[in-house]
Amino acid sequence: MRIIADTEACASSGMCALTAPEYFDQDDEDGRVVLLAEEVEDCDDEVADAVRLCPASALRLGP
Amino acid sequence: MSTPDTAETEVPYGIPLERDHPFDPPAAVMALHRGAEMRRMRYYPEGREGWLVTSHRLARKVLADTRFSSTLGGPAQVPIPMPGLEAYLDFEGDFPLTPGMFIEMDPPDHTRLRRKLTGVFTVKRMKQLEPRIAAHVQDRLDALAAGSKPADLVAEFAVPVPAMMICELLGVPYDQRERFEADSRAIFTTDETGEGKQNAMLSLFAFVGELVAAKRANPTDDVLSDLAADPELSDEEVAGMAILLLVAGHETTAKMLGLGTMALLANRDQWDLLRERPELMAGGVEELLRYLTIIHTGLIRQVKEDFEFEGHQIKAREYVTVSVQTANRDEAHFIDPEKLDVTGDAKGHLTFGHGVHQCLGQQLARMEMRIAFAGLIERFPGLRLAVPAAEVPLVTGQSFYGVAELPVTW
Repeated sequence: MRIIADTEACASSGMCALTAPEYFDQDDEDGRVVLLAEEVEDCDDEVADAVRLCPASALRLGP
Repeated sequence: MSTPDTAETEVPYGIPLERDHPFDPPAAVMALHRGAEMRRMRYYPEGREGWLVTSHRLARKVLADTRFSSTLGGPAQVPIPMPGLEAYLDFEGDFPLTPGMFIEMDPPDHTRLRRKLTGVFTVKRMKQLEPRIAAHVQDRLDALAAGSKPADLVAEFAVPVPAMMICELLGVPYDQRERFEADSRAIFTTDETGEGKQNAMLSLFAFVGELVAAKRANPTDDVLSDLAADPELSDEEVAGMAILLLVAGHETTAKMLGLGTMALLANRDQWDLLRERPELMAGGVEELLRYLTIIHTGLIRQVKEDFEFEGHQIKAREYVTVSVQTANRDEAHFIDPEKLDVTGDAKGHLTFGHGVHQCLGQQLARMEMRIAFAGLIERFPGLRLAVPAAEVPLVTGQSFYGVAELPVTW
C-alpha cells in the first residue's frame, strides 16, 4: 500500500510521528508531516493507527 | 403514532457537574450518553436550545467538521452556569476576537497563527527537551523529600513542574509567576464574572506586552523572542499567542498530575504495575488522559448556517457541546472503559480534542506526564494519601477538573 499525506490539511499534531515513527516525521519549521517511507505492508498496525488517529484526516492509504 | 417516553423527550438543562465518584463522569451525564448519541440541550443563562453530542463516533465527526465553528457569537450560551453572561444576551453577532487567540478562530486565520508555533511542539523537539523536564521534576522531588510530611502534592509538584517548563520554553521569568497565575486561574474559573475575566485578560496582555517589548530589544533563545521577531505578527497577536500558551500549558498538565496521582494511589495495582514495568508508562499516560478526562465541561462549537447532520436539522447560531468525558467512556470504542487499566489500549481518546484544533502542546504534556509520574513513583514508591480519599477537595467549578490539594505522605 502507498501512504498518501495531504500537507495542506496537516495540523502538525504529531500523532503520526508519535504512533509510527518509522514512517512519519515532522518538518522542523512548521511540524507538518514528512513521510519517511512511501510504501507500507498491508498489515502494518502502527501505520493504520496513525492514519485513523490523524486529527486533520490528512493521511490515507492507497494502491 | 406512538408517544416516546418522557426520558427521551425531556430536554436537559446544561451538563450536570455533580459527581458520585472522583474519577467517573457524573452519573447523569452517562445516562444522557446511553440514551442518545446526540440530543437537544438547553444552555445557560436563558435556556435556549442547542445540542449535546456524547458518543465517541459523533464527537470525532463534529470536531473534524469546521462547519461547527470555533468562532463563537451571541447571544451568549454556555453548558454550565456562569455569572456575567446577561450582558451578552442581546448580542447577535460574533464575539470580537482576542488578537492571537487562535483557539477561538477558524481556518484560515487559525491556520496562519497555529503554524507559527507548530514547529516548536513537534515530537522531536519534545524529545530534545526531555533532560530539561527531568531536571525540573528532580528539582521538585528533591524539595518534596527535603520538606515536611504530609505534603500537598498539587502545590509542591503538580503545579510547579509544568509551570517551570512552559515558562522556560516561552521565555517568561518563572520568578514573575505571581503576575500571571491569579489571572490565569480567573480566566478558567466558572464563578468569576465576565468583567473579572476581562480584567484578568487585560492584565495578562499588559504583563506579556512588556515581555514582548523586552524580547524584541534583547532577543533570547525562546518562543517569545521568535514570535516577537516575526514581521508577519502584530504585537497584540504575539501577546495573545503567548498568553494562550502560558495559560494552556499551565493549568492542564497540573490538573492531570494531581488527579492522575490520586487515581493511581486509589488503584494501587496500577501504581505497582508502573513501578515494576516502567515501559508501560507511555500507554499508562494515555489511559490516565482517557479515564480522567479533565476537560469535563466538553468542547464548544457554534454553527453559522443551517445544515443537516446525522438526520438532525442544525440551525444557524445554535451551540453544540461535545462531551469528551462520555466519548472517552464509550463502550462502542473502548474495551472496559469504566476501568483504569494502564496496560489497556487508550488510543483514540479525545482528551486533546480532534480536528485542526487538536491540542498544540500535547507532545509536551505527554512528555511532562511520563517523566513526572515515573519520577514520583521511583522516588516515593510507598507514596499514599495522608487523608481519607473522600476528604480530598475536588475542583468542579473550573474548565479543567481536578483536585485542589492532594495531601500525601510516604
